[in-house]
This record gives sequence, C-alpha cells and structure tokens, in this order.
Amino acid sequence: MARAELMDYDKALELFEPVIGLEVHVELNTTTKMFSPAPNPANSAYHGAEPNTLVSPVCLGLPGSLPVVNGDAVRSSISLGLALGCSIAPSSRFARKNYFYPDLAKNYQISQYDEPIAFEGSVEVELANGRVFDVPIERAHMEEDAGKLTHVGGSTGRIQGAEYSLVDYNRAGVPLVEIVTKPIFGAEADAPELAKAYVSTIRDIALSLGISEARMERGNLRCDANVSLRPRGAEQLGIRTETKNVNSFRSIERAVRYEIQRQAAILAKGGSITQETRHWHEDTGTTSPGRPKSDADDYRYFPEPDLLPVVPSAELIDKLRAALPEAPAAHRRRLKAQWGFTDLEFQDVANSGLLVELEETVKAGATPAAARKWWTGEIARLANAAGVDAASLVAPVHVAELAQLVDSGSLTDRLARQVLEGVVAGEGSPQQIVDIRGLAVVSDDGALIAAIDEALASQPDVLAKIRDGKVQAAGAVIGAVMKAMHGKADAARVRELVLERASAPVE
Amino acid sequence: MSEISAEQVAHLANLARIALTDEEIGHLTTELAQIMHAVEKVSEVATPDVPPTSHPIPMQNVYRDDVVGATVLSVDEALAGAPESDGSRFVVSAILGEEQ
Repeated sequence: MARAELMDYDKALELFEPVIGLEVHVELNTTTKMFSPAPNPANSAYHGAEPNTLVSPVCLGLPGSLPVVNGDAVRSSISLGLALGCSIAPSSRFARKNYFYPDLAKNYQISQYDEPIAFEGSVEVELANGRVFDVPIERAHMEEDAGKLTHVGGSTGRIQGAEYSLVDYNRAGVPLVEIVTKPIFGAEADAPELAKAYVSTIRDIALSLGISEARMERGNLRCDANVSLRPRGAEQLGIRTETKNVNSFRSIERAVRYEIQRQAAILAKGGSITQETRHWHEDTGTTSPGRPKSDADDYRYFPEPDLLPVVPSAELIDKLRAALPEAPAAHRRRLKAQWGFTDLEFQDVANSGLLVELEETVKAGATPAAARKWWTGEIARLANAAGVDAASLVAPVHVAELAQLVDSGSLTDRLARQVLEGVVAGEGSPQQIVDIRGLAVVSDDGALIAAIDEALASQPDVLAKIRDGKVQAAGAVIGAVMKAMHGKADAARVRELVLERASAPVE
Repeated sequence: MSEISAEQVAHLANLARIALTDEEIGHLTTELAQIMHAVEKVSEVATPDVPPTSHPIPMQNVYRDDVVGATVLSVDEALAGAPESDGSRFVVSAILGEEQ
C-alpha cells in the first residue's frame, strides 16, 4: 500500500480547522443479550466462552424466533443517557437496519433510527492542560452487536485475499448503546487529545454506572472517529472520513492526528477528500480506505415490527436520575481538591487510570501522598514487569495497611517493598507477611547502638573522618549496621545514632 | 405516482446480494412498479389526521427479565443447520472488503 502523504501537523492547523465527530459503542454488561435470553459475553462471567456456545435461535435468526427486549438493558441505556445529560424520549422504538453480511444471521441489525432513547446532551471533558470542553451529544440509541468474523486464507486476518470466513455468533445480540456526538468545533490542535479524553470520560461514566465492563481491549468500548477539515475562514464543513477499528485510547489520538495530516496534504494540493470509512492500522499508525460510506437510504430502515415501543414512565426516569453517581469531571475536581495534589501529580494518577484505586486506598486509611507514591511507584513497576494492570496486582486495603506500617515506623521503604512482593505473591496481608517473615524494623535503640559501636570500633579510620567533620564518611558505618540488622532498621535513625555515637567522648 | 427505474432495481438487487439478469431486471421493474402503485392506494385513505402506525396493537414496554433462558443452544445444535462448519464456527465464503 502506498504511504499517504502527510502535512506537518502545525502547518495543517495553520491552514485548516479540524472538525471531529465521535461515535462510541458501549457494550452493556447485562446477564443476557439485548433481545434473547442467551448469556452475554460482554458480562465478565461469560467472557472468553467457546465460539457459538452463547447463542439462542434469536441470535442465529432462525425462522420463527422472535426478539423480546431485555428490561435491564433498557434501564442501563436510560441511566447512560441521563449521565450524558440527554433528554430521555417519552416514546422510542426500534428499527431494522438492513444489510447483507454474515456477521448478523438475519440480514438486519435491530437498532434505533428515528426515535432514539436519548438525545441532546453534553459531556464535560477535561484535557491534560486543564482545558475543559463541553462535548455536545446528538443522540444515544440502543442496538445489538454483530457476530465476529475470522477471515482465513490469503493474507491471514485481513479481508483482502481471504478465502473463507469463520463466524462466531456469541457476540451477535450483545446489548449496545451507540453514543453519537454533534460536530465538535474549536478543539483546534487539541482535537486528537480531546477525542481520546472524550472516550476516556465515556469509559469513566460507564464504569461509575456499573453498566459496562468498559474494557477497550475486549471491545466493550469501541470508537469510530469522524474527521473533516475546513479551510480557515470557510463556512461550509469539509468532507469527512470515518476511521474505524480504533481500539485503544492511544490509537484514537493517533488516528485523529493522522487523518488531519493526511487530509490537509490532499486539500492543500487542490485535491478532494473521498467520503469513506477508513481502517486504522495499529502496527503502522496509518489508515487505509475501507468501503465507500453507504447512504442511510441503502440500509432501508423501517420500524421493527417484532418489537413494541419503549415508553419509560416519568417515575422510572426520576428514579434512575436520582441514582446517578457523581459525574467523572466533578468527581475528579473533588478528589484533586481533597488530596491537595499538584496538577502534575493528579494527571499522573489520572493518566495511569488509578483514580479509583487511590480513592479506595485513602478511604482505607492511607494518606493521599503515600497512596500515590505506592500506586504510581513500586506497584506500577511490578505491574509493568508482569505485563498486567496495577489494579489487578494488589487490593487498595492492603496498600493502605502497608503505607500505615511505614508511617508508624514499623517498616522502612525497603522492607515495605519486600512486604509488597509478598502481598502480590498472595502470601497474605502486609501485617501477616511482616509477622511470618519477621520483617519489622528494629526500633530498639539499644540494639542499634551496640551494632554502631561495634562498627565504629572496627573502622577507626572512618570514625576519625567523621570526627574531622567528613559526615559523608558515616555511610560506611550505616551500611555495616544495616547489614548487621539484616536491613531491618530505619537508615535515617541509624544515621542519627551514628553521628551521635561518633561525636560521643572516647571512652 | 412514483416510478421505479431499472437502475434502482439493479441497485436493490445488489444490496440484497441477488444476481439478476438484464431480462429479470426488466420484468421485475414492471412488477415492482405495479406493487408500489397498489401500496400507494393507502395514501388515498391516509388523511393528515391519521397518524402513521408502526404497530397495530396498542401495547408498549414489553420486557423480559435479565435471566438466562432455556433456549440456549449447544454448539452442535447451533451448527446443525449450517451447510458448512469447522466444528465450532460457521464457514462462509469470503466476502471482500465489505466489513460493516
């Protein structure tokens, strides 16, 4: 594939205004599917099931089967709509989106078209530089996910040249909410980061509502990014492309940036943009053309005759509204103020996705500073080395216990790291590990002084240097004492005592 | 009276993945036009004070509880009607560049 020509990013921003629009699909984690009582693989209890083991006649579109709406999925969708600041439609209905492709066996997808369940909302999104955006939401509608195709033969995994395809319908019928933004203006050079931050906010909202596992790597959360450019000063919007298959936060940012640079290069040469879907390639960091974008007409939408309208009562909507958790942006502001972190410290935590862990750790009794130190330091390091999420390594309550043992002087940082390794290895709680391994700090000054005096006596040259005011020479003595104590001493206290003993009158 | 063109019939056939000969497109264009004209008779009785109806039965909010039902199939049952399978998945012929 020929590499597309890219314009320098700053130059592209000088000539054009980027306008983006984002479509995010959220898989709901209900126990069963949207229209069938088959288990839902987007619920972690059924994740990773063998192909075609989570299907019913409805999922396979077998003759005579009829869909019935999952009430919990409707309630989750309303909650999500409310959290996006949307109005909830007093009456909404399902529609058939007709297309022939084997990812859906019945040759149509049940979706919503002219009457989505939620519309006209706004989501507050904060960027790393502190800029706050209100992203306008056009609509959020309910639909079903499609099955998964594996293309075999030719160049493996890619569609071009495939000889045949294998179909797994486990995912067919998984409840989805598709959230569509209005065109987003004014983000300028921040457009790529805004796209990423927006999807991250949607994830936070879904997690706080508990309606989705919201894991991008599992496809619980998927993003299509629309990008168009218009020349500075122009009124009319440019022709847009829709980049699909963007399945990590980092890729969203990269894909939007790439499209801005690619489109700018074409437009600057007097060319025109083809309205099409494009596929994102994680490995090369590029997009390539997919199919030309179909007109809505080609989907021949019509009201789904097998399903009845969804008419949520005002009481239900009020009840779900009252149960909404704090909005992610407000939650962040509150935590940042409570913890007293600098912008940089807070971003560090937020960007590592550890806000929830920190909050729990502080709730369990650690100071915010200690919680941050452990989570973004040693725990992050261990997680990185093991290639897993920090959150999966250790429970916040154990981190809090560890931090408290350090604060009370029972453990040094060095000993605490050993204890942490024990916790990660599943040996028990920090206190249990301290007891079992005998790791507590020797805080008995008498024992320390005896070891110090012995070390000073065996290194008279060092003693002389310290007495000459060469305080850094004390390091050798401290090292010897720490060794004698098997590391179970507070080095700062040892240092204090060494200086005290060295300056004591010679006996 | 709305009309339907041979191009529209060919386009619909393509969307529906049905291969039609020129001859078939010709007589289907005539037949579909007749069907459309028949359906258009409805507009003669649908006056502006008659709201469009997508459901003839005045019911709404019919939901099921979120519990796994007895209709879940085994892999063998699921694949029983498949012309071809690899034992766990359906095998379909390759479709080029049309991922939805």
